[in-house]
Amino acid sequence: MPWPLIAAAPPRGGSRLSAALAPWLAVLPIALISVIPVLVVVSSLVNPDRETWDHLWQYELPEVLGNSFWLVLGVGLGVTVLGVSLAWLTATCHFPGRAFFNWALLLPLALPAYVTAFVWLGLLDFSGPLATWLRETHGILRLPPIRSRGGVILVMSLAFYPYVYLTARVAFQGQGRRLMEAAQSLGLSRQAAFWRVALPMARPGIVAGLMLALMETLADFGTVAVFNYNTFTTSIYKAWFSLFSLPAASQLASLLIFFVLIVALLEYQSRARRSYAVSTRAASTPGRIRLRGWRAALALAWCGVVFTLAFALPAGQILAWAAGVWAADFDARYLQFAWHSLLLSGLGALLVGGLAMTLAYAQRLHPTPAMRVTARLSTLGYALPGAVLAVGFFIPVAWLDNLLIDHLGFAGQTLGGTLVVMLLAYCTRFLAVSFGPVESGLTRVSRSVDEAAQSLGVVGARRLWRIHLPMLRVSMLSAAALTFVDLMKELPITLMTRPFGWDTLAVRVFEMTSEGEWERAALPAAAIALVGLLPVVFLMRNTEHAHT
Amino acid sequence: MRKLLLASLALLVTAASASAAEVVVYSARIEQLIKPLFDAYTKETGVQVKFVTDKEGPLMARLKAEGKNTPADLLITVDAGNLWQASDQGLLRPVESRILEANIPAHLRDPGKEWFGLSVRARTLVYNKNRVKAGELSTYEDLASPKWKDRLCLRTSKKVYNQSLVAMLIGEHGEPKTETMVRGWVDNLATAPFPDDTKALEAVAAGLCDVTLVNTYYFGRLMQKKPNLPLAIFWPNQNTGAGNAGVHVNVSGAGVTRYAKHPEEAIRLLEWLSSDKAQNLYADMNMEYPANPAIKPDPLVASWGSFKPNLINVAEAGRLQVRAVKLMDRAGYK
Repeated sequence: MPWPLIAAAPPRGGSRLSAALAPWLAVLPIALISVIPVLVVVSSLVNPDRETWDHLWQYELPEVLGNSFWLVLGVGLGVTVLGVSLAWLTATCHFPGRAFFNWALLLPLALPAYVTAFVWLGLLDFSGPLATWLRETHGILRLPPIRSRGGVILVMSLAFYPYVYLTARVAFQGQGRRLMEAAQSLGLSRQAAFWRVALPMARPGIVAGLMLALMETLADFGTVAVFNYNTFTTSIYKAWFSLFSLPAASQLASLLIFFVLIVALLEYQSRARRSYAVSTRAASTPGRIRLRGWRAALALAWCGVVFTLAFALPAGQILAWAAGVWAADFDARYLQFAWHSLLLSGLGALLVGGLAMTLAYAQRLHPTPAMRVTARLSTLGYALPGAVLAVGFFIPVAWLDNLLIDHLGFAGQTLGGTLVVMLLAYCTRFLAVSFGPVESGLTRVSRSVDEAAQSLGVVGARRLWRIHLPMLRVSMLSAAALTFVDLMKELPITLMTRPFGWDTLAVRVFEMTSEGEWERAALPAAAIALVGLLPVVFLMRNTEHAHT
Repeated sequence: MRKLLLASLALLVTAASASAAEVVVYSARIEQLIKPLFDAYTKETGVQVKFVTDKEGPLMARLKAEGKNTPADLLITVDAGNLWQASDQGLLRPVESRILEANIPAHLRDPGKEWFGLSVRARTLVYNKNRVKAGELSTYEDLASPKWKDRLCLRTSKKVYNQSLVAMLIGEHGEPKTETMVRGWVDNLATAPFPDDTKALEAVAAGLCDVTLVNTYYFGRLMQKKPNLPLAIFWPNQNTGAGNAGVHVNVSGAGVTRYAKHPEEAIRLLEWLSSDKAQNLYADMNMEYPANPAIKPDPLVASWGSFKPNLINVAEAGRLQVRAVKLMDRAGYK
């Protein structure tokens, strides 16, 4: 989707003023689409709902703030350890099974996290098969409870580590082998070279994935609800659905936004002056470290354990459930659901990816503070609980619609209930998912590349098209694939903005789980996983070749 | 790519046009439980029913944002509390219909005529037959007594079904007494509250606890899948005298939206849903009880025995819901 990109490139001639304004022409519409819904949510702060606040402050917030803090800390640690270790192994080492795990370790992303959580609850709770077996044959009465802080952290880490895995893997791949060799030739041991060179150099990639995982953790409602683990987001929904105060819910959500914005800006600030660029020659060196003996066995075992727990086991259970309800539930409509899911996620990924690329590229060309803040603001939607953002998006759309009807004589709703609006709503939520990988990919492209191109007269759109885009291919494919898979699972925005009859597989999962029919939800969940597999496999085939 | 964009542009244009013989529904009752009804209605009358499903909260926010230009004619929810809220926020309109008033008992519809219950859901006790004698059980209130220490399992207080139950108890006993009672429940919990009724039932069957509080259709569904579980239903608060008002019931129901574009069609659909033609299908699909007393429940549902329902108007559950939620927070019921 090259059309929005051209606008982002600075004009070749022209005055300084127009050169400074040009990127904003591309960036502002994107920023508006993503920031307006967030502003609608934040505007609720003008009129605080004191009564609901007082109650929540007294009985809820102290507990949920603690819960959210431990959750973010635990999941942050979990996804970093899992994601980075696995990415390092599959990107830079050679061991039996590597080729399989290389793509298979991304698969947990294709399962809706709350469905995975429910599977784990079923397997490990008191009435589950494991506990029942232990009780009946070994007299062990109680296992460590799965419905606990540790349980939530474990399950969410297993569900969300692929974000870090994917972005860290791209970063490690981009470093090539020569970076490690250079470090070692300077006297560092292989371990020291990893900790002091390879890992710090991969930081933008790791952090990009980590931010996504943590924003998803903060915004999550479905997974924590399965464990009845109360978080800040739980309180947001409680204020809305149980205390019937959408204003109080929006006010709580605003605090969440400010918190995430500050973290994002601090993080960006802390690495703004460093360079993470890798020379293209170093990056293109092929070859991996060959692991032998117990090292190879350990690598294989680690990947195997994570893959089994994060995907094989829950997917097996989902398939078993799906097989059980297949005969009763599967019908021709499933083809339509799958088609809707594919079309919406595909178009959404293209659009979101294109806009994210525009944003990231404008920021690269004009790394001014204003541009940086705008980019951060535009990607905040991902940290908001989905249903709150959906309302934030819906209110201005309905307002515009009412304007068209009341003052311009339109017959009925014109914008609401159209695919265009639905896709734009996806952008407000998922820009972050594409922006992170693309931005971290751009940090690895040295500025000297830009200058070399310039000295050869390759500037503007041509430089983007001929130089940067080919270098960013892996990052862009990763971004699009991540977004696609996330869109396949997306629920609140789809529910609120879909045209009549545009049910998707994810909507189907919702219909089943909302009345507690988890076995029947397995059928659409399995379908999501299967369709979600496609881009993962495609991505891996394409990115493997890029560096070998 | 370009074709797809054109296709979506085409959709953009067609969304604006609407035909006459149709009715538009926003439904929090899930698709598989309403579509068969709408299909039957279309077949019988030729009127098209367009609908979207979502949770109650977003649907109401949507109605509010769309204001008088909303395309929705009818709002369906799965509990009276949300209908009461919708009415309180001015999203519904009163409906004068002799048919609805004849078909739906007074305690299952809004005194202000803005919404009507269409199916009844009973929230009752289920116990483990191997560990509890039916004679030990008596009332909701009794579950707070120390004899149930570490023997009770509950679903989370975040579910509206529990909020409505506690709201009803507030209506009956007042807040202080109800709070003491809910504290008693919490003290008696054998384990942290569960995310859904089925999980609580499974815990009772597995012996983690002895008794729980669920909507009967979850019991029916689980027993259909695993008929050998040692579970049985108990109807509480059945004796005569004070504190024996009957089993707590809630409704799934519907109301015509304030700015409905097809109000007559919406009322006709609502009347049809309350009639003998639809009531069995509406209730039986989910093992609920028909709201229309002239209609017999499904034989399986009937086999659980008949009970005396609490005749307090279900609107009370809505009026007192916020107070119930706050009370449960104070009592530490998560």
